[in-house]
Amino acid sequence: MLEADNLECVRGERRLFAGIGFRLGAGELLYLQGRNGAGKTSLLRMLIGLLPPVAGEIRWRGRTIRSGEFRADLCYLGHLNAIKEELTPLENLLAAARLADEALSEDEAIDALEQVGLAGREDLACKYLSQGQKRRVALARLVKEKRPLWILDEPFVALDVAAVDWLAGIISGHLQRGGLAIMTTHQLVDIPAGTVRELRLG
Amino acid sequence: MLNVIVAVVVRDLRLAMRRQSDIVSALFFFVIVVSLFPLGIGPEPDLLRKLAPGVLWVAALLATMLSLPRLFADDHRDGTLEQLALAPHPLGLVVTGKVIAHWLVSGLPLALIAPVLGLQFDLSADALIVLTGAILLGTPALSGIGAIGAALTLGVRGGGVLLSLLVLPLYIPVLIFGAGAVDATVSGLGGEGHLSLLAALTFASVGFAPWASAAALKIALE
Repeated sequence: MLEADNLECVRGERRLFAGIGFRLGAGELLYLQGRNGAGKTSLLRMLIGLLPPVAGEIRWRGRTIRSGEFRADLCYLGHLNAIKEELTPLENLLAAARLADEALSEDEAIDALEQVGLAGREDLACKYLSQGQKRRVALARLVKEKRPLWILDEPFVALDVAAVDWLAGIISGHLQRGGLAIMTTHQLVDIPAGTVRELRLG
Repeated sequence: MLNVIVAVVVRDLRLAMRRQSDIVSALFFFVIVVSLFPLGIGPEPDLLRKLAPGVLWVAALLATMLSLPRLFADDHRDGTLEQLALAPHPLGLVVTGKVIAHWLVSGLPLALIAPVLGLQFDLSADALIVLTGAILLGTPALSGIGAIGAALTLGVRGGGVLLSLLVLPLYIPVLIFGAGAVDATVSGLGGEGHLSLLAALTFASVGFAPWASAAALKIALE
């Protein structure tokens, strides 16, 4: 479903990588690996369409990714949490869903927050939460997420052991439903379902 | 389409309400700058009446400038802007929502308080009405044009000064027609012509500026 051909990335004067290509089908997970500065995040930003590649092409369902259809199928979680400090976790989830044109009811959002272990903190402004809890608010989006392509940049950072297991479960559930996932990580987490592939940069 | 704009406006207004100090400080800036002039110039009604439109408009431009650097910077810093750019609808619609929200918290309060400040300059009732109307009509253009500058200077160090240098010259037409409307009313010529031109500027900038800003934001996100 997602095809990348011969991608080349140049940042500043430096060429980070060239000739990168892969094909990812339904139910498959791609681990992006590489040392710091190898261009993992740059590759992810190319795949979500924010950074145009110097050379090469990316196609989703056979079409170019520069379209609203691709973005409607994409769920991206960057290393920034994309949550508003002034809003409560509940308001953050609901606002993010509305802005992404997704239907998310208040009950579903509360349920998602309970699953990530934030029960009782739905009405507390996010600035009072810890780093790990903020990450959990960002990850709560994934609980009800039905879009087929997940691109996650370092999703396990700042999470405790229990949360890492929980997230691995969520990702494998997504793969079992026929979803695709691409993620960068430095800690290899065992995802108990789907085909796992690896791509090493640099 | 309208859904997206409404969603952005609701979200930005809620954020602004949680951070009221921003709105209040811009408003106080406006009040204080305008109030300094009568104190400095002294009680000469003719002179004050002549100066009033210009002073009020220049202060309104500067007060609008105060809140512009944060228009996209907060969303950029916490990663929300990326998510907005990745949403299925065009980014221009999102920016339109942000421009409307910016006007509601910066331009609208200025227009509401302007008639009270106008009294310090001994403006007639007619002139006060035209002044309020002109600020109501003209400030959306300030938010729209300002959004282009805010998007272009996003992530630039010392962006605030650069933003003023970019945006203030573009505000000149709004300043001329806005102050001109009140001048024309005071001198008995009638301000309708100026107000129509002001409305045209607003429609043009609120219609087109978000798309230019969206293009600039995409470059900033690369």
